[in-house]
Amino acid sequence: MKRTIPLAITAIVGAVLVIAYFIPHPPFDGLREDFSIFFDIMATFAFILGGGNLIKMHGNRISRREEGWFFSLVTIVGFLLVLLVGLTKFGNPDGFRGSSVTASGSYFDHVYEYIFRPCGATMFALLAFYVASASFRAFRARNAEASILLLVAFIILLGRTFVGALLTSWLPDSLRFLTIPYLAEKIMVVLNFAGNRAIMIGIALGIVSTSLKVIIGIDRSYLGSD
Amino acid sequence: MNRFHQIVEFVNDLDKRWVFLVVGLAVVTSTIFRLTFPEIPTPMVRSVYEKVESLPEGSRVILPFDYDPASEPELQPMANAFVRLCAERNLKMYFIALWPLGQNMVAGVIDDILQTEYPHLEYGRDYMDFGYKSGNEGVVAVILTDIKKLYTTDAHGTAIDSIPMMAGVRNIRGFDLILTVSAGYPGLKEWIQYAGTPGNIPVAGGCTAVQAPLLYPYYPDQLVGLMGGIKAAAEFEALVAEAYPKFQEDKDRFLTALVRMGPQTVTHLAIIFFIVLGNITFQILRRKRQQEALKR
Amino acid sequence: MKRALWIIITGIIVAVLVVRTASGNMESPFAGIEGFGTWFAALLTLAIMSFLYDDNPLYRFAEHLFVGVSAAYWMVMGFWSTLVPNLLGKLWPSLTAQLFMPGLADTTHDPLWFMYFIPMAFGVLLLLRLFPKGGHLSRWALAFILGTTAGLRLIAFLTADFMGQIRSTLKSVAGLTPAVLPGGSPSFSFETMFWDLVAVIAIMAALCYFYFSKEHKGSFGAFSRIGIWVLMITFGAGFGYTVMGRIALLVGRIEFLLRDWLAVI
Repeated sequence: MKRTIPLAITAIVGAVLVIAYFIPHPPFDGLREDFSIFFDIMATFAFILGGGNLIKMHGNRISRREEGWFFSLVTIVGFLLVLLVGLTKFGNPDGFRGSSVTASGSYFDHVYEYIFRPCGATMFALLAFYVASASFRAFRARNAEASILLLVAFIILLGRTFVGALLTSWLPDSLRFLTIPYLAEKIMVVLNFAGNRAIMIGIALGIVSTSLKVIIGIDRSYLGSD
Repeated sequence: MNRFHQIVEFVNDLDKRWVFLVVGLAVVTSTIFRLTFPEIPTPMVRSVYEKVESLPEGSRVILPFDYDPASEPELQPMANAFVRLCAERNLKMYFIALWPLGQNMVAGVIDDILQTEYPHLEYGRDYMDFGYKSGNEGVVAVILTDIKKLYTTDAHGTAIDSIPMMAGVRNIRGFDLILTVSAGYPGLKEWIQYAGTPGNIPVAGGCTAVQAPLLYPYYPDQLVGLMGGIKAAAEFEALVAEAYPKFQEDKDRFLTALVRMGPQTVTHLAIIFFIVLGNITFQILRRKRQQEALKR
Repeated sequence: MKRALWIIITGIIVAVLVVRTASGNMESPFAGIEGFGTWFAALLTLAIMSFLYDDNPLYRFAEHLFVGVSAAYWMVMGFWSTLVPNLLGKLWPSLTAQLFMPGLADTTHDPLWFMYFIPMAFGVLLLLRLFPKGGHLSRWALAFILGTTAGLRLIAFLTADFMGQIRSTLKSVAGLTPAVLPGGSPSFSFETMFWDLVAVIAIMAALCYFYFSKEHKGSFGAFSRIGIWVLMITFGAGFGYTVMGRIALLVGRIEFLLRDWLAVI
C-alpha cells in the first residue's frame, strides 16, 4: 500500500500527459490542463514546505543553543516578519483587498528593495572575484586539452570586448578570418554550437529514458527504502 | 633556489585576496571614469532586433521576465531596451513571470519606462501584466492551450475578462512573438520547449552570459535570435539608438549596457593578465621541477 | 598593530561618510524610509563583500537574514499569486472575492470545481513531510509531482531537444539559413555551407565520444578524440562567457554603491 498507490499515481498522471500529446482530444487534453494546473498549485505548497523546514531546522539550532544560534534567530525573525508583512499586505497603499502584494510603497516592496535586492545581487557579484581567482590559480595549460580550453577562453574573453577588435583591426580584409571577433564568432556559432548540440541530444535521451522509467515504475528511488 | 625562482614561487602562491583587490579596483576605477566603447552588432543580436522591427503595429508580444535581482545588473538593460523598442513600435505587450521575483522586475519596467517615458500608453489597452504563477514549465504548458483557466486575474487582481487587450485571446498560440529575458530555470529554454516548438510561435530573447552558450543549438530553427549577457545588450542598445536617435541623448538612462561595457572590458583585461601570469609562473616552475628531476 | 590599523581605516571611512552626508552630498540615513533603506542596503552589500577578506559575523548576519527573508518572500508570492486565485478562488469563489480579491473573474463555481480538492489534499499531504510519522503519505503528493514532471519533460525533450536538434542538423547540411523576417526566403552561401559541414562533423565527433558501447580505438578512437577537442572548445567558450556574466553583476553592485549611496558618479 505504501508503495503501490504512489506508483499508480505517477503512472496514471505521467501516462495521461504523454497520451494527451498524441491524442489532443477529450478527455486527455482537458486532463492534461488540469494536471498541469494542479502541479502549479502544488508548487506553492512546496514553498510552504520549504519555509516549514527552515523554521524546523533553525528552531532546533536555537533550542539546542548550537554554535551560531544567534544567526539562526536572525533567519527566523527575518522570515516571520516578512511573512507577516506579506500575508497582511501591511502598508499596502490600496489596503488589504486592493492591488498586488508587491505594490509600490508597501512594506513588502521595501523588503524587496532594501533587503532582498542588495543581498541577492551581491551574493552573485562575489562570484566575479572567485572566477578571477580561479582563472589565475587553476586555468593552466597542463596538457593539449587544457591548452585548447585556455586558448578558446582567451579568444572569447578578448573577442567579447572592444579590445579584441582593436588588436587585429590592422589585418587586411583578405585575412579577416584571423581577426579575434571573427574567430570568437565562429567558435561560438560553429564549434560551441556543435559541442552543446551533442550534449543536448545526450541529455534529451537521458531525460526521456529516465521519465519513461519513472512512469513505468522501474525507477522507484523517490519512494525511499522502507 | 635563486632570487628569480623565489619571485616566481611568490607570484604562483599569491594570496587570492590580492587578485580580489585588483579586480575590485579595476571595476571601481573604470566605473568612476565612465569609459565607453563602440559596439558592432553581431548577427544573432541583429536577428532579434529585426524580428521585433518587422512586426506590424498592434502585434501581440509576450514578454516573460524570468530573472531576479541576482542577475538584474546583467539583464535589466536588455529588458529595458526590449520594452522601449516594443513601445516605439506600438506592439501590444503581455508581461509574465515564472520567477517569483520576476513580477518585481516587470513592475520596475512598467513604473520606470512605460509610465514615465510613454504616458500615452494605457494599461490594459497597450500593455498588461499577468504576474507570477508557481509551476515553472507547468505554467507554460497550460497557457499554450488556455490562458484564462490559469490566469483568472492579472497581477493587480483585476478580472482578466475586463482587460480590453485580453478580448479574443484564448491562448498564446496566436501571439506573434515570445520575447524573453531569462536567467536560468525556468526560462528561455522552457519557453522554447513548451511553447515555441509545440505551438510554432517565434521565440527570441536574451539571457545571462552563463546560459547563452547552452542555448546556441536552438538558433536559428527554434530561436529567432539570442542575446547573451551585457555585451549583447550593448549591441542591441546600439541598434535601437541608431534607429531612434532620441535614445542617444542620455547614456546613463538609455544606454546602460553600453556604459557597463567599459568596466567589463577593463576587468576582462585584468583577468586575461592573471591567466597569462598564472601560466607563465606555472611553465617556469614546471621546467624547473623537470630539470631538478633530471639532475636526481 | 593590525587591529589599530583597522580601527584607523574604519574611522576615516566613517568620518568621510559623516562629512559627505552633513554637507548634503549624499542622502542621509534619517531622510525617511528611502534614505534609511538605501543606507541599510549599502551596509548589507558591504557586509556580504566583507566575506572576500574572511568569514566574519557581519557576513553571517547578512547571509542568514537573506535566507529567512527570501524563504518568506517566495511563500508570500506563491500564496497571493497562485493559492488565492487558483485554489481558494476555485473552491470558494464568493468568499475569496469578498475576503481577498474583489476582482476575481468569476464568483460562480466551475462545473468541475470539486476537482480542486485534489491539489489541496495533495498539498496538505506534502506538508506532512514536516512530521516524522506523516512521511509516507507525503509520497502520494511527491508521486503526483514526479508523474507530471516526467510526462511533461518526456514530450518536451523528445520534440524540442532530440528530434528538433536532429532535424536542424540535417537541414543545416543543405547550407540553408532560415529567414528571420516573415515572407523572406532562406539564404544560401558557400561559406555558410562550409561552416555548417564543419559543425555537422563536430557534432558527430562529440556524439562518438559519448558512445561508450564501443571501445575508443582505431579510426573510431581518432574520431572521438576530435570529439574531445570539440567539447574542450565548448567548455572554453562556456568559461569565457561565465567570466563575462559574473563581472556584469559586480559592475551593477559597484554602480549602486557609487551612484545610489555615495553619489560620486
